[in-house]
Parts: sequence; structure tokens; C-alpha cells
Amino acid sequence: MARRGGAPEVNAGSMADIAFLLLIFFLVTTTIETDSGLDRKLPPIDTPETDVIIKQKNIFTVEVNKNNQLLVEEELMELKDLRAAAVKFLDNGGGVGETGEQCDYCRGDRDPSSSDHPNKAVISLRNDRMTKYSTYIAVQNELVAAYNELRNREAQRLFNRPFTAMEAEYLDPKTSDGVKDELKPKIERIQAMYPQKLSEAEPKSN
Amino acid sequence: MSRFKKKKDGAVPAVSTASLPDIVFMLLFFFMTVTVMKDSSLMVQNELPYASEIQKLDKKDRVIYIYAGKPSQRYQDTYGTSAKIQLNDKFADVSDVAAYVLAERAKKREELQNVLTTALKVDMETNMGLISDIKQELRKVNALKINYTTRSGDAFRNMQ
Repeated sequence: MARRGGAPEVNAGSMADIAFLLLIFFLVTTTIETDSGLDRKLPPIDTPETDVIIKQKNIFTVEVNKNNQLLVEEELMELKDLRAAAVKFLDNGGGVGETGEQCDYCRGDRDPSSSDHPNKAVISLRNDRMTKYSTYIAVQNELVAAYNELRNREAQRLFNRPFTAMEAEYLDPKTSDGVKDELKPKIERIQAMYPQKLSEAEPKSN
Repeated sequence: MSRFKKKKDGAVPAVSTASLPDIVFMLLFFFMTVTVMKDSSLMVQNELPYASEIQKLDKKDRVIYIYAGKPSQRYQDTYGTSAKIQLNDKFADVSDVAAYVLAERAKKREELQNVLTTALKVDMETNMGLISDIKQELRKVNALKINYTTRSGDAFRNMQ
């Protein structure tokens, strides 16, 4: 004879199993990813076309053709040598800068036929329309790396920590405003020492 | 007076597992809240190139995404194999980029509209012509802050 009174209790022992199942599903589907990449700034389109005359020796031309080959300063170059060549060019300090002073922190060769001062040195990048994007990114990466290498060196000398770490902390939204205010002048000082003058010409179409 | 009776010797008492579901539920809710479901499905091949000098791109609400690359396998019959741009959930032409960026910018909160970054998620095999065209369009609408989204790794791996 069946017992009456009170609904029979449901066995809750398998609740944990069900919860585990859901948990594992969400564990698998979760991607706590933050995208990262190369930050670049495009030139505004409505710049008045003032012809700034830049001496040829202050321009470091990098060309990438449709076969993904590099032509640096009219010479064929392998990608692995690009960073060192860019560093050598930027850090040359063979003359006087925009305000007429010598580059006292440069450690380059002071070759008079290469760049005068880091704040005058311009890297010009031109690529073909058929250049592969991956090559372009690799070239960009090497050029940014050259700037970062020099900036790190100076930041290490002046503030005892690499520039890239300071910049990452400055850009991190979790950093408090007080720390940011403290970092900002330091970053600006380093950036003024080696300003990133990377100009990109319109690609050749053929 | 044996208030403190000696425990009966024998096996160790079993640990109660009654709170196990609670713990698991707690974890479950944590992962449920942090999970972000992908909001747009990729219609292009998107193997990002490698770079080492990268900066983090956080705060998703300040980013406008533009995808480009060859159409995925299942779209190749209809759209061919030449590289295409994907905006939101559909293929688009270069001329649509400017309007898209403006529309996305208008959707954002006002204080964010000046600090937006455009993330270009472009497949490794794409030709630079398409990217130059996109960049030209972005310059037209004054969306000058861009980010070439990459994977972190040695840049020389791109050349293989």
C-alpha cells in the first residue's frame, strides 16, 4: 500500500552533475582574449601640401615590391637586417637637430652622410599594391622595433625602466590617474628624443 | 560527568558534499558572466600575421572592427576567391567602409567618439592594395587611429 501525505522528495544528488556540465560548457566557450596589435596613426587627409624640403640624407627609404623583397636605401636587404639598419640610421646624429643642437645622447657613427639628428630623421615606407600584408606587418614591426630599441635604451638610462613597459602601463586602463600623470612627462620626453617619423607613401599601382 | 565524551573510534566521518553544488554554481555564474559570445561570425579567412612590438587593445567598446581576407571556403562559390572586406555580418565594398565607420561611431557614447580605434583584422595573404584603399577611406572620415591586429610572435614567421 502506497504511503500518502507529502510529495516525494526529489533526489538532488545529480544537481552537481548538471551544474558541472554547464560549467564545463562555459569553460570551453569562454575566451578571455584581448586583441593586440600594432598601433598606427594615419595622416589626416586635408593636410595643406606644403613642400617641406627634407635632405636626402635624412630620409631612410624602405620599399617593398610585389615579390615581397625589400629595397632599403636603393639596396636589396633581408628583413632580418632591417632593424639594425634603421637603428643605425636613426641613432647616427651626424649633424645638428631642428633647434640647432647636437644629438648628445646618440651613440651612432656620426656619419655626415647619414641622418643629422633623430628629430630630423624620417623613415619613408612605400609598398606595392601586390605586396602581401604579412610582409608589410613584418616590415612595420621591424621599424617600430628599431624605435623601441632606441627609446628603451634612453628610458633605461634616464628612468631605469624600459620605455615599452612605461608605455604599456600608461595605456593600461587599470592604472590610476596619479601614476599616469607621473608617467606622462617621462614618456613624452623619450618620445621627443626619438620621435616616430614614419611616413607612408601611397602605394605604386601597376 | 562525561560531557566531553570520547568519540567513538572508527572511520573518519565522511565530508559532506552537500555544498558542492553551491560551489559549482558559483563557478558557473562566474564563467557565465565573463563569457562574451562572438557577436559577428567570420565570413572571411582570418589568419592574422605575427608581430612582436604590440600594444594591447582593451576596452572593446572603443573599437570598430573591420575584417578583410579571402572569403571562407563555403562562401567561395558565391563570392569568388579574391580578398573581400567584411563589415558586421556581410561582405562590403571599399566604398562602404566610410559609411560603416560613421554609423558605428554614431552608435557609441559621445565621450568615446573621439577616442575610437579602428582595428583592422586582415588575413596574412591579403594584398596591400586593399588595405591601402581601406586606409584611404578611413582617412576620409577622420578615423585616424588604427590598429593592425596581430598575433604575438616573431615577425619573421610572416615571411615563410
